[in-house]
Parts: sequence; C-alpha cells; structure tokens
Amino acid sequence: MTADIAAILLQDGIANGAIYILLATVLVLVFTVTRVIFVPQGDLVAFTALTLAAFDAGTIPGTVWILLFGAAIALSLEMLEAVARRDRARCVRSIIQFGVVPVAVALLAVLLVPKDAPLLWKMAVTCALVTCISPVIYRIVFQPIASASPLVLLIAAIATHLGMNSIGLQVFGAEGVRTQGFSGPPLSFAGQLISQQVAGVVASSIVLVFVLYLFFHRSLRGRALLAAAYNRRGAEIVGISAAAAGRTAFIVAGLVGAVSGLLVGPMTTLYYDSGFILGLKGFVGAIVGGLAIYPLAAAGAVLVGAVESFASFWASAYRDIIVFMLIIPILFWRSVVNPHAEDGIE
Amino acid sequence: MIGRLLALAPFIAVAVAALASLVLPAYQVSVATYVMIASIVCTGLVLMTGIAGMVSFGQAAFVGFGAYTSACMSTQFGLSPWLGLAGATIGAAATAALIGVVTVRMSGHYLALATLCFGISFYFGIGNADAFGRFNGMTGIPPVTVGGFELRSERQAFGLVLVALVLSVAWCRRLLASRCGRVLRSLRTGSTIAETFGANAQRHRLLAFVAAAVVAALAGWLYAHVQRFINPTPFGLNASIDYLFMTVIGGSGQVWGALVGAGLVTVIKHELQDLLRPVFGATARFELLVFAALMIIVLHKARKGLWPFLQQVVASHMPPRAPVAPVTLTSRRGRPDQGLPVLTAIGLRRMFGGLVAVDDVSFDVRSGEILGVLGPNGAGKSTLFNLISGGLQRSGGELSFLGAPLARVSARDMCVRGLSRTFQHAALVPEMSLIENVAIGATHLGRCGIVAASLGLDAREERQLLGWAQHLLDRVGLGDRAWELAGTLSLGHQRILEIARALAADPVLVLLDEPAAGLRANEKTLLAELLVRLRAEGLAIVLVEHDMEFVFRLADRLMVMNFGRRIAFGDPEEVRADTGVQEAYLGVAA
Amino acid sequence: MTVLLLLERFVVRYGRLTAVNDVSLEARAGEVTAVIGPNGAGKTSLVNAVMGLVPSGGRLLFPQWPEASRSIEARVRARISLVPETRDLFGPMTVLDNLKLGAFSARMEPRFDMRARLAGIFRLFPRLDERQNQQASTLSGGERQMLALGRALMLKPRFLMLDEPSLGLAPLIVAEMFRIIARLKNEGVSILLIEQNARAALRLADRAYVLEGGAIQLAGKAADVAADSRVIDAYLGMSAATPSNPDERQMGKVG
Repeated sequence: MTADIAAILLQDGIANGAIYILLATVLVLVFTVTRVIFVPQGDLVAFTALTLAAFDAGTIPGTVWILLFGAAIALSLEMLEAVARRDRARCVRSIIQFGVVPVAVALLAVLLVPKDAPLLWKMAVTCALVTCISPVIYRIVFQPIASASPLVLLIAAIATHLGMNSIGLQVFGAEGVRTQGFSGPPLSFAGQLISQQVAGVVASSIVLVFVLYLFFHRSLRGRALLAAAYNRRGAEIVGISAAAAGRTAFIVAGLVGAVSGLLVGPMTTLYYDSGFILGLKGFVGAIVGGLAIYPLAAAGAVLVGAVESFASFWASAYRDIIVFMLIIPILFWRSVVNPHAEDGIE
Repeated sequence: MIGRLLALAPFIAVAVAALASLVLPAYQVSVATYVMIASIVCTGLVLMTGIAGMVSFGQAAFVGFGAYTSACMSTQFGLSPWLGLAGATIGAAATAALIGVVTVRMSGHYLALATLCFGISFYFGIGNADAFGRFNGMTGIPPVTVGGFELRSERQAFGLVLVALVLSVAWCRRLLASRCGRVLRSLRTGSTIAETFGANAQRHRLLAFVAAAVVAALAGWLYAHVQRFINPTPFGLNASIDYLFMTVIGGSGQVWGALVGAGLVTVIKHELQDLLRPVFGATARFELLVFAALMIIVLHKARKGLWPFLQQVVASHMPPRAPVAPVTLTSRRGRPDQGLPVLTAIGLRRMFGGLVAVDDVSFDVRSGEILGVLGPNGAGKSTLFNLISGGLQRSGGELSFLGAPLARVSARDMCVRGLSRTFQHAALVPEMSLIENVAIGATHLGRCGIVAASLGLDAREERQLLGWAQHLLDRVGLGDRAWELAGTLSLGHQRILEIARALAADPVLVLLDEPAAGLRANEKTLLAELLVRLRAEGLAIVLVEHDMEFVFRLADRLMVMNFGRRIAFGDPEEVRADTGVQEAYLGVAA
Repeated sequence: MTVLLLLERFVVRYGRLTAVNDVSLEARAGEVTAVIGPNGAGKTSLVNAVMGLVPSGGRLLFPQWPEASRSIEARVRARISLVPETRDLFGPMTVLDNLKLGAFSARMEPRFDMRARLAGIFRLFPRLDERQNQQASTLSGGERQMLALGRALMLKPRFLMLDEPSLGLAPLIVAEMFRIIARLKNEGVSILLIEQNARAALRLADRAYVLEGGAIQLAGKAADVAADSRVIDAYLGMSAATPSNPDERQMGKVG
C-alpha cells in the first residue's frame, strides 16, 4: 500500500466516521434521555436518501404516506388519552403536533416540490418529512412504555426497525439510490487533495455536533432534557415532562438522521434496508464511547470508519467481520476501565 | 381440585402433545417440532437473559455451532449423531467458556454488542468457508438412531424433540431451584448480593452463558438431524433477534415463558403470510410490519411478557408450598472469646476524586458488643461500611479481622472470613421467596455445584440450607411467610429479612445499616430483643441508625461521624456529653 | 378558610399492594398541615400521588386550581411544588443549574426574572450561594436538602409539599430546617408537611393527621393531636427506654 492510497483510505474513513459520529451522538442522546437504543436511526438515514431520490425523479416520496399514516395513529392514541382525561389543552396541542404539522409538511412535499426545484429546497423538505416521522415513532412505540426495562425498550426498538424495513420495501421498492451531493473541484489542504464531498461531510458534522453541544450546555431547554435523563422524577416535579423530553430527543434524532442521510447519500448507494448496518456502526461507535461521553463516542465513530475503510481495501468480503471483531477487545477494554456500568440491561 | 390439576399441568401437556402428534397432519407436526426446537433455545435465553440479566444477540450462532459440528462429524467422518451430540454440546460449552471469559465481565449493552459481533462473525465465517459448503450449506445429514432404529418421519422427529424439550426444561428448573440457581437469580439486581454472600458473580454469569450455549447447541443438533440439511441462514443475526423476541414476549423471567413465546412467534411468522394475503393482496408484503406491530402491542399490554400475565390468573389456585422443617446448623467457626477484638481499623481513609469521604477513622469492634455509629446522611457511614465489608477499596489506613491483617478486602473473602451485612436500601431479590432470599446468605456454607444440582445429588444439602433459612426466618419472626415473595414485604420487614439473610452466613460480625427504619414501636422492641440475644451469643454488631433512642438503648460503645471524620468514640454517656458532638451534631438545644 | 387540597376516599395501589387506603384530608391556605406516622405508613405514597407521580383512585381536588389535578405539569403550572423524600436532585449538574431548572416552567411567564429569584434563594440559603458551581452530588446531606427546598422555592409555590425534610440530617441541621419552614409559613406559603419527627412537626403545624398502615387514625388541630394519649405513646416518646432526664428526652427521634 502506498502513502497515497493510505491517504485516500483515511479520507474515506474520516468521512464515514463523520457520519457515524452523527449517528453515535444521536444514539447517545436518545439513550441518555429515554434509555432507548434507537435502532431505527439508521432507517431514518436511508429513508432520507430515498426520499430525496424520489423528489429528483419527480415522484411523491413514500415518506409522505408513512408520515401521514403514522401521524394518524399517533393522533388517535393521543386524542383517546386526552379525551379520557378531559384535558382540552392537550387535545389542542396534539392536534397541532400530530395533525396540523404533519399534514402541512406532507402538503408541502406534494404541492411545492416540482422535479426541477433547487436542490437545497428539496433537501429542506426532505429533512422536514423525516424529522416529523421521528416523534411520531416515539409517541406510538416508546411513550407508552417509557418506564419499561431497557431490554423491553430495545426489543421494541428492534420491532420498530423490522416494521420500518417492511414499509420501506413497500413504498420505496428494492432499488438502491445515490443522491446528488456537494460537487466542485477538490480542495487542497496540507498538501492533500480533499474532495468537496468529504470536506462538506466533515464540516457539517462538526457544526452539527457543536450546535448540539451548545444546545445541551447553554440553553435551559437543553439542560432540562439532560435533567430528565439524570433524574426523571426530579425533572417531573419541576415541570419537565418525561414525554416532552423524549419527544424533543426524538425530534433531534430525526433532524440529525435526516442530515446524515443527505450527507451519506452521495457517498454510497443506499437501499431501503441499508439503515441497519449504518445504525449498527454508529451504535458501535456510541458503545465504544460508553453510551455517555460525547467526545469519546465521536472518537469511537471515527475509529470505526477508519477500520472499515482499510478493511474494505484489504479484504472487502470480510469488511464487516473485521469491523465487528475489532470491537470486542475495545469493548473489553471499556468494560475494564468502566466497571461500574454495573446495572444490567434488565 | 384446580390446584391439583395445575400441579399436574406439565405432565398433562406432555401427554396431550404426544397424542396430538399422532393425530395431526404432518405439516402441523413439523411446525410444532420447530416450535419446540425454538423453545429449547429460549429456555437457555431465559437462564441467561431473563434470570442473569445478560442480553445475547448471538444465540443463533450457538445453535448453528451445534448444527454444523454434528453435521460435520456425521457426514464427513461418518460418526453416529449421538457422538455428534456430545461433540456439539461439549464444543459449544468450550467455545462459550472461551468467549464468556472475555465477555461476561462486560455488562449491559457491552455484552449485547459483543455477542452481536460474535454472531455476525460466525454467520459470515460459515458462509465463506468451503468446508461447510459456503452459503449453500450441507446436505445428506443422517437422522438420529435409537437402538438401531432411524427416526426419519415427522412424527418420530417430533417425539425426539419433545423428549429433548422436556429434559431441558426440567434441567433449567432444577438448576434454578438449586444453590447456584439462587445466586443466578440474584444477578439481575447486580453483583452485590452474590458477592456479599461469598459467591463469585462473574463465575455464575459465565455459568449461565455456557448453559445457554449448551442448550442452544442441543437445539442446533436437533435441527440438523431433523431437517437433514443446513445452511447459514437460520443461524444469522435475524434468528438471534427472533429468539430474543420469543423470550421477551413469552416472559423472560420464567422457563415457561420460553414455551409460550416460542410457540406464539413461530406460529405467527408461519401463518401471517397466508392470513394477510386476502387483506393486502398477493404482491404486498406487510407481514413483517404486522408482526412488528403485534410485538409492540404485546410489549405495551404486558411488558413483562405473556407468561406472568397468565400466571396472575392461575396464581390464586396454586397449591401452597409445603413448609420446610427448620434445621439448626452448628457454627463452623469457633466464636472468639467474649470481648476480644473482631475488627480493628486504624486511620481508614477513602477518597473519591478530590473528595474525602472517610478521613482518618479508627475504631475496633469486640465480640459480644454492639457498636453504634451515628451521623447525618452523607457523613461517610455507608462508605465506611463498604470499606470494611469489601464493597470499596480503602485509599489508606489499616484493617485487621480476627487478628489477621487485611491487605485488600473483597466482599467475597470477608463473607467467608465471617463478616456479614445488611444494606441501607434493602438489596433483596423481589421475585424470590423469603426463604430463598435468606438461603442466599448461606451460599458459602454449601458445597454442591451445578453438576450435583443437575443430577439431583444436592437434595440433602438443600434440605439443610433451606431448613437453616427457615430456622432464621422463625427467629426474626417471619417464619410463617416463608414462601411469600420478598417484593411484597413492607420496607421495614424487608430490612428484617436482610438481617435473617446476614445471619444465615454464620457471621462473627454483622454490619446493620439502619435496621429499625420503617418499623413500628413494638416491632422495634422485638428487633432490639433479637439484637440483645445475638450479642449474648457472642456476635459482634455494628449498628448504624438514626433513631437515637434505639441506639442509646442498645449500644455498648458509640462512634459519631460528621464530614467523613470520627468526632467522638467511646462510652455512650460520655459521647453524649461531649461538647464537640453537641455543637456539630446534636445541636446546643439538646 | 380557603381549602387548597381536598382528598376524599383517596387510594394508592401498587399492583396488589395497597399503600394508601380510603384517606380523606384537607389542607387550607396559609396553614401548615402535618401528616405524621411511622416509616412505611404510606405517607410518601400519599404525597407522591397528590403530586401526580403515581396513579391514585378516589377524589383528588385542588379547589383553587381545578386544572391542576390533570397532570404533574398542570400542578407545576399552578405553582404546586414538592420536595420529595429522595430529594431527586440533578446530581451531575451544578447547584446553579439545579436552581434554574426549578423555575423551568415559570420561564415563559411575563416579568419572569431569573436573577431576582436566584438572589431570593441565596438570601435564604447563603450556603448555596457559596457552592453555586459545585456539582449537586458532592453536597453534604444538609446542603442537598437545602438545594431541594431551594429548587422548589424557585417556582414561588402557592402550595408546598415537604416530604420528610428532616430525614437523615444531623439534629443541628434539623433545627435549622424547621426554622426555615416556620419562616416560609410566616411569609404566607401554605404547606403540607410529611414528617416522622412528630414532635417538631406538631409544634409547627396548624392541623395534623396521623397516618398508619395507609389509613388516617387521627385528625384534628395540631395541638389536640399532640395532646392525644395514643400519639404521645406512639410518637412523642415514652417508650421503655426513654431517658428519665428531660433534657435527654428532647433529643427524641431524629430520623
């Protein structure tokens, strides 16, 4: 292997790693707030790319139907509960959250996105669609079992992933897509040529992680979300509702998932079921970081990206095995240095 | 009547299943066979995930390991499937032990991810290996023979699998009821209980991991010789996830849940496609979505799984457990003479980062005395307890127990040496009965291991340990509630139960952390009488308590702590008169 | 007198276990209402259910704020505050963050002034001012209780529920705690006080309820309850080991 190839592989690895950073950050965030390992995060990423591709092809993306169908279920669940408690304020709130907003976004997607719309506009609407799906999932699947054991939540998350796979196949078909990305001449940095795509991905993910950091460390609302994670009951008695905290976490997850989808779409061909392995690698990064510490999760994610990129050069058939087998010693090291993660998953 | 019927229910079920296999059409019989094979895998998962709290995403790989091992041995070396069974199970046990040594000390999600990595690697490894026919798999696997007779037909295979299922369920249940099983069942609450009472939590985790792998390999062996051809697909990640689904949906805490879950999930997966065709049309493939929705609904309605749900209906009809005859074990160690120091601490220190939680604390406890420890919450009392009992390592100072200096204290070692304790926040296994909770305390007094338990050779020892537990329950006044679940006790009684468990370990020194909290006046009096009797028997007792009346009534000597430091130590009356104590703790008003 | 909280045939169940059974109780504006009883009597379940943290049966009403009984958030919006037995601080966060989050649901109110509220808390608890940037989990027991109370006061509560404010504190701090509660009472805060330390609670309270085994055994004016022979026997001392010296009797139970 020459230095040039190594440099290219490293670039690839870092770009992939940047995506995994986003996934890992979100997984950590969602887990911290809700104790859910959000397996379908990868599916949101894949759905984003597929949605954008549908816009490019001039068709109405299946995401619209998923959103409307899901929102209808969420709305009826919410209304049933609100009516049972005679809570008028909640009725209004849920009609806005799960009725007005999703319908507006869906209408936007159906009416205002012609085939030749500018890329940025399509991207924005795609983001809005995917971001809206995430809190709907939270309301239907996780909010009713918010206090269940992490094992039950994990199983529910896996079931959700299976369901999304099934819908994905139905609405998007089995075709893979590759979306448009940042284009233009490569940039020169420290004597290396770096493609705009890679630069864009790395820059976007750094910005996004930084924004999340600011949100959680500077704003009272972000602090409130963390507070709900540190002490659920303490949060409830100061008026931070666990449901709202969970919903916010899932909205952030949806948004970051959508952005990751836009970033990764041009780099690799995505299918309706590509999400799982993407999410898994993000998950690996998050676990390596201990499911808690953001910078470590990020470092773990870059490591995964780099290993993957070198492994695919040497032995592409065994790429995933190498990635996953390498994880075991790291896990072992993590569990040795961090022995008080004593609380079992049950 | 209903009670007796329920007691016989497992036998009736087996008889019905055996009869049904003779009557039903072949297709149903073979579906039922796969249900039972899956049930066997889930039995192991119940042990590992439901009981010991370790989630595995690699169980299907162990099934595959069993299937491929036996398939290889019988097709390529022409060995009997029975030798294949031995190879499959022993091989799986060895592999699991190897993987387990590295992975079981990981906890929670680390372990889950490690098993997932292992599972994926196995799948791709097999699928890329020429020796195993790559993704095409292996064919021509011989059926199992019994006395020269080949079990070829669906019905014969069904019989074989039924026997295997009955054996593995019986084995799991026997294992769970044994000495090791009680420790295993405590692991879901963490390692603390096991380690405090002298059991190696890590080794028990490994045991559950290996047992689950062996059971999975047995299932794989059955699969290979019933199906007679194999490929990697049923041993991939999806299969592992399915097994996990079955276990959780059925109710991961109990062996019967495995049967319910495996049955339900397999049948739904088999039938859903046919059921949905008229609804969505032939082209739409929504069965996975409907399956996912069903799973989520079950989790919403019965998050502990379906079996506990059914059990509630049945529980009131279950016949009561026969009482256990109390047994008094004679102490295995000589009590030190009255008044000799049992534990001596000099200059004990513990830092957490830059914070000093326990600072230069010296004291001693003598046999036949009660040492009271007072101090506000956060004064370092619990940390002190942990330093002595081996829950935490000290940053400085010296400790000696019965005259022997202690270099590094571990909870397990201290239990064997004769120290026993209760916890401020009752650390019991809520879904276990009182008597079994107490028997955990006596774990290190028993000798029988997993082999003895599997073969039923531990009956005598079990009678003794449970009898001893019953004796102690009688002693603390909970004897008539022996088979109730610990979780149903009031907080005060849970603390009393902890005292019985601490005594079960046959200690020379017990540390009691707020034993009287939550008791009513008359119950406190009873507790005080018990402590006085124990003191008279030569036990050394360290007592942390906020109820000062209670402490002053009982303590022979008193230590007061504040901000991690000892601010007074000695005779209760002198301590009470101490001006330092009055200013810092009791307040001048007192 | 304005009734702030009204319970009728109030029931709290955990599965098959009944923690609070058929309790009727009322708390009035400007008063301290005490609920005393042994640990495990259901006091904490009662107050948690009143706050809406655990589900309950029977009638639960805040006559002044009818909306409030719908959800925890609605109670917080009505400025009903709870200091739970377990304190439930945000351990890894600073003292300042904990206090700010206490006013989380008030932050959108017109003329909301975070600084003024914080200053008020720091006047009441100068210790918290000194430790503003320290992690809550590193505080001592007494400071934690101050922070928990301070966090609740950040809401400017109209009805304050205190669950065992003296639990696990040194007698010296207990006295300080009760001085602060008395001061709040004088400032006009209506308080529901859950205490095991019956003597101190009854001295401070206007009305008192004795809860045992999940049911009200006795209710009335605090002075009458304190004079009841059963209460004296069970809660105010006189057990077998009561010291003869009256000074010593004062120390009584602390936890």
